Amino acid sequence: MTKYLFLKHYRGAPEAVNAVPMDQWTPKEVDDHMQYMSDFATRLVGTGEFVDSQALSSEGTFVRYDGEGRPPVTDGPFAETKDLIAGWMVIDVDTYERAIALAGELSAAPGAGGKPIHEWLEVRPFLSAPAPTVTE
Amino acid sequence: MLDELLLRELTPAVIGVLVRRGVDFATAEDAVQEALMQAALTWPDRQPADPKGWLLTVAWRKFLDARRSEVSRRERELRVEVEPQPGPAETADDTLRLFFLCAHPSLTPASAVALTLRAVGGLTTRQIAQAYLVPEATMAQRISRAKRTVGGARFSEPGDLATVLRVLYLVFNEGYTGNVDLAAEAIRLTRQLTSMTHDEETSGLLALMLLHHARRPARTRSDGSLVPLTEQNRSRWDTSLIAEGVAVLQAALGRDRLGEFHAQAAIAALHADAPRAEETDWVQIVGWYDELLRLTESPVVQLNRSIAIGEADGPVAGLAALATVDPGLPRHTAASAYLHEKAGDLRAAARLYADAARSAPNLAERHHLTRQAARISQVLRG
Repeated sequence: MTKYLFLKHYRGAPEAVNAVPMDQWTPKEVDDHMQYMSDFATRLVGTGEFVDSQALSSEGTFVRYDGEGRPPVTDGPFAETKDLIAGWMVIDVDTYERAIALAGELSAAPGAGGKPIHEWLEVRPFLSAPAPTVTE
Repeated sequence: MLDELLLRELTPAVIGVLVRRGVDFATAEDAVQEALMQAALTWPDRQPADPKGWLLTVAWRKFLDARRSEVSRRERELRVEVEPQPGPAETADDTLRLFFLCAHPSLTPASAVALTLRAVGGLTTRQIAQAYLVPEATMAQRISRAKRTVGGARFSEPGDLATVLRVLYLVFNEGYTGNVDLAAEAIRLTRQLTSMTHDEETSGLLALMLLHHARRPARTRSDGSLVPLTEQNRSRWDTSLIAEGVAVLQAALGRDRLGEFHAQAAIAALHADAPRAEETDWVQIVGWYDELLRLTESPVVQLNRSIAIGEADGPVAGLAALATVDPGLPRHTAASAYLHEKAGDLRAAARLYADAARSAPNLAERHHLTRQAARISQVLRG
């Protein structure tokens, strides 16, 4: 089994086919979208493949160390050009093909007009922490 | 004090008895898990004199309870027997059949692993979920789907020992995550399987596991980073595990059939036999890789064999052997880096180590390869 991260972007991914921003959807379309995401996650719990799913605020700050005894430096809000992650889902599946198929389904979540968003998702395999024992 | 290991050892036998009495596998497994939970609650205060009899009685009662509520749900008025039927006593065969069922060829490797750890290993769903870093609900579903998949299989049908060995090997390789030592668990189950089957290849696998497990204390630094075999502090190897592994291997080699795990165990034994890395008998190791190649024709074996040739006959011979191996294979670049450094081509080695680090399949290896690249680059800078 390998874990994969699906990343959704507010910004930074190629433009979706149905790219109408969410704030211009009808409330029903928003509800349907949320329901689709929730059903998708529930189904993956049922198949034994779900690990985690979280959404992120579009607000954020860069932070870095600024030397001994000084408070960290912050820089924010983010510039309009920054690649912006909207959220993620982590799955644990048998094959790469399965990960791709599931990402495709997730990208079909309905948006404006009840039609699939065809959103571009970033699919990233985990570097699994433990090394196999029988290789040195 | 609750003897958790004893409980877990009894698990497959008790499931086996219930199945033999006609309970379907999934229901039997659930009943025994519930009995295990009850034992965890009550045994610390008072452990029964006959633990297996206790578990069997409680599991049987759990099964009857489940069946009763099922029956009342269907609003039928059926009489249910309250006392266990005088069924045949369980045999080692029941446990063995359970190994086969949980590694049934219709299961994916991940499902077979999860089911084996629960029904044969007696681990809880939570422990298995923690070991594989997934939520408990996800693991519960993985296990119940696996049970449904094998639900149609007949308990008495002959199993395929090779698939059982593959499952145990996968569990062993998962090593140690969370609070469950999967390597130790795999050894325990393989030991049990060896005593039931007296099969050569099973003891080959047991020997391989013991010999690799013996090196575990030396394999990682305190920060979790990997220590390559040549740099390991050999005084930290577990000599009693090595002695046991070698004894198991020798007994297995005394018989006629030679399998893949024997050959791998023989290679591990030759490493274990060298007091210092420089004293490793690489010529014999190459011989075992030849044997392994004859048995498997695996490209991974070809790759490892070229490293061994690099040690036995020098890096030029090693690189020549490596040139015949598919360059797309994982760890090919790392092997090439190692042999280039041995051959004195530091520039190529540094570049190859950096390339290998970028495509490393896990963090520990990436860390190790990055350090190798950094070490050589430092030498090159003078």
